[in-house]
Amino acid sequence: MKFTGKVYKFGADIDTDAIIPARYLNTIDPQELAKHCMEDADADFPNKVQPGDIIVAEKNFGCGSSREHAPIAIKATGVSCVVAKSFARIFYRNAINIGLPILEAPEAIDAIHEGDALEVDIVRGHIKNLRTGEEFQATSFPPFMQEIINQGGLINYVKKKG
Amino acid sequence: MGMTISQKILAAHCGREQIETGELVNCKLDVVLGNDITAPVAIAEFEKLGLEKVYDPGMIVLVPDHFTPNKDIKSAQQSKVMREFARGQQIENYFEIGQMGIEHCLLPELGLVLPGDLAIGADSHTCTYGALGAFATGVGSTDMAAAMATGEAWFKVPESIKFVFSGKLPPWVSGKDLILRIIGDIGVDGARYMAMEFTGEVVRQLSMDNRFTMANMAIEAGGKNGIIAPDEITRAYVETRASRPYTFYESDPDADYFEIREYDVSDMEPLVAFPHQPENTRGVSEAGHVLLDQVVIGSCTNGRLEDLAIAAGLLKGKKVHSGLRTIIIPGTQNIYLEALRKGYIETFIEAGAVVSTPTCGPCLGGHMGILAQGEKALATTNRNFVGRMGHRDSEVYLSSPAVAAASAITGRITPPWEV
Ligand code: SF4
Repeated sequence: MKFTGKVYKFGADIDTDAIIPARYLNTIDPQELAKHCMEDADADFPNKVQPGDIIVAEKNFGCGSSREHAPIAIKATGVSCVVAKSFARIFYRNAINIGLPILEAPEAIDAIHEGDALEVDIVRGHIKNLRTGEEFQATSFPPFMQEIINQGGLINYVKKKG
Repeated sequence: MGMTISQKILAAHCGREQIETGELVNCKLDVVLGNDITAPVAIAEFEKLGLEKVYDPGMIVLVPDHFTPNKDIKSAQQSKVMREFARGQQIENYFEIGQMGIEHCLLPELGLVLPGDLAIGADSHTCTYGALGAFATGVGSTDMAAAMATGEAWFKVPESIKFVFSGKLPPWVSGKDLILRIIGDIGVDGARYMAMEFTGEVVRQLSMDNRFTMANMAIEAGGKNGIIAPDEITRAYVETRASRPYTFYESDPDADYFEIREYDVSDMEPLVAFPHQPENTRGVSEAGHVLLDQVVIGSCTNGRLEDLAIAAGLLKGKKVHSGLRTIIIPGTQNIYLEALRKGYIETFIEAGAVVSTPTCGPCLGGHMGILAQGEKALATTNRNFVGRMGHRDSEVYLSSPAVAAASAITGRITPPWEV
């Protein structure tokens, strides 16, 4: 799976309340959630994000609550993947479980800026900044997690296991 | 090599003698929890599996506590999904309002989580139950769905950080201040992926209510779980509540730790976390002149009886400041009733505070006290992120019930010894 997209860059410790504020958690409809995605970090984000765009963030992306509505909202905006220095534990697990591609790439982030175009190879964990030509390798997933990703998420994985 | 208490509980639940940190293990669970926000997503995922029955209805606990009593039509629909699922699957541990309390106050109170248990909850503050000597961690809704289907979940065995508290606890310094001290020290991702083990003579003497507060906020340091080895205080709490056997585990003396951090509490003062991260802590006497629009005493962090007792002690015979709203939310119906019997509720109402039925309410900006643009609240809750309690230009400060009650009287952030 290869994605090419425009970068929206966020800072450190972007919490799940910023990704999808609790005031919108009275629905589980992904399209409704997407309308408010990242709203408390960047009020204009839901209007400007285009399918295929890439979220890039500093450390500890997705900290805070366990709301799966956070990765669901991001996925429903059409964002192709999230690349961060690090992810909070529950967000990391949720993203893999619902099939939102994420990559942890501590070395890459400082060299990526808002508006850059990235080419991301999710399977190989390979990131290329198309503006500068620089290339980076993301931290690889343990085989078990790779298996969940390959199955398209935890539900399919459990289904297959029987 | 010895094992930590967290390793031992995971090992016992995957049928192994020894497990190493970093290993991925598949474990049998004792408790699977969901609430009115996360369970509807989990139920939708569960239905995709095409199974008729959950693995074991007895291990599932469903608590509609976030937007209940339902604040609007959409949240009423969500609660309905959960209620009908509970009925259809014969899940006995579903708690309608009237029995409901904030989940992390309610489950321990009813003995639904016990020492040595392995519990997951589709709520990040599931780590609260570590105060009982259980391994408890927050997960998402899909993990909850898979656990309802299989009774199992996978875990990466975490490394542990040991936090040792020694010295003599000064007056007004509580479990809330100890955990804020840790978060202020190591930061909001200082324990990312790790088990946080709280120990030392100070922790050994803490009441269960204070221990719950500490374990509750492990997630605010990024921790996977917070845990306190059970002792006689734990036993006194669980023995009247448990209706199944439980096991006390403790770390081996030669267990391996990622890090050991020691704190002498003797010169501590109560702390306040400034916006917009729980790590922005300052001593209450260094808070400066912060005028408040609202004080909230409640939540899964500090909505227990001892918290209300401290607040009532300070508010007795006093009035909350005319310039501010004070909202007090007992964590469960039982806590509410006990507070009523002990006269705390009367004290609060006479002081001019509002007392609410148990609910998460304003803690997550749901209802029951949302902030307008530019407003400031001091809350005994656990998160002060941007927009957490309302408008994105509002501010939340976090403190213990003592500081919150004192500040309710003066209208600004105030040390409890000044009122
Ligand atoms: S009281 Fe607050 S932190 Fe606790 S479960 Fe409810 S919303 Fe979450």
